Amino acid sequence: MQDAARILQLVINGSAAGCIYGLVALGFVLIYKATEMVNFAQGDIMMLGGFAAYTFIATLGMNYWLGALLAIGATALFGYLLDVLILRRVIGQPQFQVVMLTLGLGFIFRAAAGIGWGYDSIAFVTPFTNKVVRAGGLVLGQDNLSIIAGTLVLCGVLYVFFSRTRLGIAMQASSQNQLAAYYMGIPVRSVFSMIWAISAGVAAVAGILLSPVSMIDVNMGGIGIKAFAAAVLGGFGSIPGALVGGIIVGVVEQLSGYYLPPGTQDVTSNVVLLAVLVLRPQGLFGQTIRKRV
Amino acid sequence: MRYLFKTRYEQDLRIARQPSDLFWYGLLLAVMVVFPIVAGEFYVGEVAGVLIFAVAGVGLMLLTGYTGLVSLGHAAFLGIGAYTNAVLLAQGVPFAITLPTSFVVTALAGIAIGVPTLRMSGLYLAIATLAFGSIIGNVFSKWNSVTGGFDGFPVQTPTILGFRIQGANGIYYTSLVVLIFVLWLAANILRSPLGRAMVAIRDSEISAQSMGIHLAKYKTIAFALSAGITGLAGALFAHYVRHLAPDAFDILLSIQFVTIVFIGGLGSIHGAIFGAIFVRLLPQAIAIVRDDLPFGIGRMPGLEPSLFGLFLVLFILFEPGGLYGRWLKLKQYFRSFPMYKGSTFKRQKAYAKSERLR
Repeated sequence: MQDAARILQLVINGSAAGCIYGLVALGFVLIYKATEMVNFAQGDIMMLGGFAAYTFIATLGMNYWLGALLAIGATALFGYLLDVLILRRVIGQPQFQVVMLTLGLGFIFRAAAGIGWGYDSIAFVTPFTNKVVRAGGLVLGQDNLSIIAGTLVLCGVLYVFFSRTRLGIAMQASSQNQLAAYYMGIPVRSVFSMIWAISAGVAAVAGILLSPVSMIDVNMGGIGIKAFAAAVLGGFGSIPGALVGGIIVGVVEQLSGYYLPPGTQDVTSNVVLLAVLVLRPQGLFGQTIRKRV
Repeated sequence: MRYLFKTRYEQDLRIARQPSDLFWYGLLLAVMVVFPIVAGEFYVGEVAGVLIFAVAGVGLMLLTGYTGLVSLGHAAFLGIGAYTNAVLLAQGVPFAITLPTSFVVTALAGIAIGVPTLRMSGLYLAIATLAFGSIIGNVFSKWNSVTGGFDGFPVQTPTILGFRIQGANGIYYTSLVVLIFVLWLAANILRSPLGRAMVAIRDSEISAQSMGIHLAKYKTIAFALSAGITGLAGALFAHYVRHLAPDAFDILLSIQFVTIVFIGGLGSIHGAIFGAIFVRLLPQAIAIVRDDLPFGIGRMPGLEPSLFGLFLVLFILFEPGGLYGRWLKLKQYFRSFPMYKGSTFKRQKAYAKSERLR
C-alpha cells in the first residue's frame, strides 16, 4: 500500500515534469508541421518567457495573472518578429541550415538573457509556491498540480482555436498544403509568423508554469533536449503525440531516478530517444509517408 | 569564375587541377615544415591545435558539407578516439597501432548510432547525435575504472619507430602528417564513386535513389568515415591536452566543430581548414581584447559560445559560402578587375520544398 502510494506520487510528479516537456515539444511540432523547420531554440524561448514573467511580476510588482498574461503576449510577439526578421530568409534552404541557425540563435538568447537578467537563478512568488495538497496518503505540491492543470487548460484553448476559429483553420490548411492554402486566399507567410508566435507563447506558458518548481536561469533551455525525446516519441508532427510523449518521458525519468542508481536520471530522456529511434522510428502517433516525385 | 576547359576524363580526376596548384601547395607544405624551427613554442602549440581541429573539420565536412547531414555529437567521437588511444597506450600498445585503432573504434561507434537514425530524414540524425553526445559525456565521467572519471586520465608520451613524440614540435609534426593523410584521403574519396554518391545524396535524396544509390548504406558509410576521422583527431587531441578530462567533450565542443564547417564554407575541403583557423583563433582574439571591452562584456561567462552562435547566424544569413566562398569572391574580383559582376555568386532564389507527401 505504501509502495503503491509512492509510485502514484512519482507518477504525478513525473507527469508534471512531463507536461513541461510536452509543452516545449508542442512548440517544436507546431512549427514543424507548418514550415518543416525545427526550432532548436525552443527551450531558450521558454527561458526568455520565464524571465519576462519575472520582470512583470517580481520587478514591476504586477498581479501574478496579469503579469503572466503580459509575459505570454510579449514572448509571442518576440516569436512573431523572429520569424519575420530572421527565419523567413532561410525558407527553402536545406534543413540543416535552419537547424544551425536556430541553434546559434539559442546561444545568442542565452547571452542576451545573461546580460539582461544576470546569471543567477531567480524566482518569483506565485499563488502555488510552497503549498501542498493532501489527498489520501499523498502529499502533492500545488506547483506540480498547477502545471498539469495549466497544460490541460492550454490544450483545451488550443483545440478550440484550431478547430473553431477562422485563423486556426487557416493555420491547419497552410500546414497541410501551402500552395492550396495560398490559392484559397490565405496569407500563408503571415500565418506562419503567427504560428511562430503561438509556439513562442506556448513556450512562455511552460516557462511560467515551471518557475515555482525549478528556478529560472539562463541554462534552463537545456530542457529542449528532453523535449526532443518527447516529440520524437510522439512521432514528430503529432500534437497529441507531443504531449503524451512528454508525459511518458517525465514519468520514466522520475521512476528511473527512484529505482536506478544516481546519475542515470540525467540520461534517461536521451536513452528513451535513442530507443524510440531504434525500435519505432515513426513514434507512437506518427505515420510514415513517402514523397511522390 | 575561371572555368577550366577539360578535354579528357583524367583531367577531371586529377587532384591538382592545374600545374600552379602543385607549386602553391608545395610552398605551403614547405612553410609548414619549417615553421616550428623559426616560431616560438607557444605558436607551434597553437598551430598544432589548429591542425587537430582541421582534421576533425575535414571529417565533419565529409558529412555535413558533402553528404548534407548535420551531426551535433562529434565531440563524443573526438572523446571516443581520445580515450581509446590513451587507454590502449596505457596498456602498453604501441602508438602505431593505437592511432588506427582509434579510427576503427570511432567508426564502429558511428555505425552503431548511424544505422538506426539514418533510415529517417537528416533531422533525426541531428537530434539523435545530440542525445548520443550527452550520453557519451556521462559515460566518460561515470565509468571510473576505465576513464578515471573526473580525476582525468593522464596520456602517455607515444613512441613511433624509436622517436618519442613529445613537446609542441612532436605533436605539431604528428598532426601535420595526419592532416595531410586525411586531406589526401578526403580528396580521393570525393573523386571516387563513393564521393559522387555522397554529393548526389546531398543535392537530392530522391534523384540519388533513382540513380541506384542505396541511401541508408551510403549515408552510414559517410557517417562512419566522418566519425572515424574525428576519432583520429581525438587521438591527437589526447596528446595535445596530455590529461583527458570528461567535461572537455561537451556540446559546446560539438558546436565548435559545426561552426568550423559552416563558417569555413560548406562543401569545400579548404573550408574545413579556414574554419579550423577561425575557431581556434577566436578564443585567442577574445583573450587579447577581453580587458578592453566596455560594460564588462569580456568577463561574461557565456561569451565564447554566444560569439560562436552569433557568427553562425551571421554567416548562414549573409554568407552561406563561408570564408572560402568569400575568398573565391575576392579572387574573382581581382581576376576580372574592372568587370566584376556581383550577380555571379548570387544566391539562387529558393522556395520551400516539402519533404512530405502531398
